[in-house]
Amino acid sequence: MYSETVMDHFRNPRNVGVIKDADGVGEVGNPLCGDMMTIYLKIEQERIRDIKFQTFGCGAAIAVSSMLTEMAKGKSLADAKKISNRDVAKALEGLPKNKLHCSNLGADALHQAIQDYEARISGKGKAEPKRKETHEHTHGDKCYCPYCDAEVPEGETFCSACQNDLVEIH
Amino acid sequence: MTAINLDHLSANPLLPEVKDAMIEAIRADYGNPSSQHRIGDRAAEALDAARQSVARLINSPTSKEVVFTSGGTESVNHAIKGVALAHSDRGKHIVTSNIEHNAVLRSLRRLKLLDFKVTSVPVDEYGRVNPADVAEAVTDQTILVTIMHSNNEIGTVQPIEEIAAVTRERKVIFHTDAVDSVGVIPVDVQKLGVNLLSFSSNTFYGPTGVGGLYVRRGTKVWPLLDGGVQEHNKRAGTENLLGIIGMGVAAEAALRDMDRRIAHASGLRGKLMETLPQYIDGFIFNGHPEEVLPNLVSVSIKYVEGESIVLMLDDEGIAVSTRSACAAGALQASHVLLSIGREFADAQGTLVVSFGLENTEEDVIRFLEALKGTVKTLREISPLYNGEAVNE
Repeated sequence: MYSETVMDHFRNPRNVGVIKDADGVGEVGNPLCGDMMTIYLKIEQERIRDIKFQTFGCGAAIAVSSMLTEMAKGKSLADAKKISNRDVAKALEGLPKNKLHCSNLGADALHQAIQDYEARISGKGKAEPKRKETHEHTHGDKCYCPYCDAEVPEGETFCSACQNDLVEIH
Repeated sequence: MTAINLDHLSANPLLPEVKDAMIEAIRADYGNPSSQHRIGDRAAEALDAARQSVARLINSPTSKEVVFTSGGTESVNHAIKGVALAHSDRGKHIVTSNIEHNAVLRSLRRLKLLDFKVTSVPVDEYGRVNPADVAEAVTDQTILVTIMHSNNEIGTVQPIEEIAAVTRERKVIFHTDAVDSVGVIPVDVQKLGVNLLSFSSNTFYGPTGVGGLYVRRGTKVWPLLDGGVQEHNKRAGTENLLGIIGMGVAAEAALRDMDRRIAHASGLRGKLMETLPQYIDGFIFNGHPEEVLPNLVSVSIKYVEGESIVLMLDDEGIAVSTRSACAAGALQASHVLLSIGREFADAQGTLVVSFGLENTEEDVIRFLEALKGTVKTLREISPLYNGEAVNE
């Protein structure tokens, strides 16, 4: 069900781990959703010099984290901010529709970590972790019913196509 | 390296004798059992023989009380919707439990659209229903109680006889979904005292696409399928004779070998549960310690997610199942695991290991060795793991 690229990143995830003296940390997801992801950044001259991740989640979530770190590494912050969930999914040669949904955390975690870095250097202190919140679909990705693949509106808890209850946080 | 199948709940291979019987049945060019000529008579005889074999497996007093269906899902749908439709003039209330299979849950959800009301009773930490809760939930509007015989995720077996005592006294029809029990552990419809009991052929190494519904004499149930008068007018359509013949042979074998199969599965189950602590820490076994299927182990492993474990074990040639939300495609943590009090994250890391006839203790050890490495790798990736894990 997964592409070769997804399985490669799942089997051999790149950039796993923690950066102890990270300049920015992004935490997204919650166990309700199924995935939790933490991104650690080391920034030098407004560039991502090092990036590591930790992920609790399915094969897609781990592959997304791994691919995201590969894509972000060495990029300027301005360019890294442009990386979208869709870009990551595309680089992975696609994800099953119901996994797009659940693995959208990747770019969100990166952007969160960059925000955290920016907040720190501007003296505002650490940004609030997003763990407790729903992840946002800010990059144009759509939600799909996990039962019948019909497109459902953001925040919808009932699929009108197949009449199934959807999880409240999705 | 040979593959190890520890996911027999998903699919069982056909027994060799079942294959032989089905191949022979293909060659026999059976006709239609409903026909009035000799070609039909031969088919009717084969159908009747299979029905008797299946009736013996569940100790049905007459084979007339066995209806062949297309499998467990149809049987459950038939029982629930058939009772609801036939008795809606008496009331529109149904009692069930919090840990039923989707076939039950979704049949009931469909009926709610027709103004049926459903009361779902809770289970304890082992997944057992308290019969007193059922007694309390039954009202004068209740037409049906449907509670599963054994659970497909944690293996817990319910006190069906005690619940049947309640339904008998209150004159309510009782259906039990016994899809994971029949052919695995002794199931005696007379002793259980149920009106309706659903079961599936593949559970006991018969073909998929065929199952059965026990309908106790006098229980009014509408058919799901209308047409001819097959299956004592309870299920129209020319019978799936090849499948039914296979199911009959599998039923004979299940009855003949049941004690040996239970001893074999229990041995493997015991081995896995005793030995697991030598390989990993931070886990919780799910299900009742004694009232449980012999062929299933459910274990929640902390700080890791089930689909990832399944994919990594698959790379090592080992097939297991998970009840993680991600793998189920439903994005919802298992209602069964949440009902017995598991945290969301622990429910996510739940594996279901189910044994079959060909499994050996070596399989269990190879699984444990592979699991150890998999859990170590995934915990190193997990933000939830801080280097320590404690068993609960």
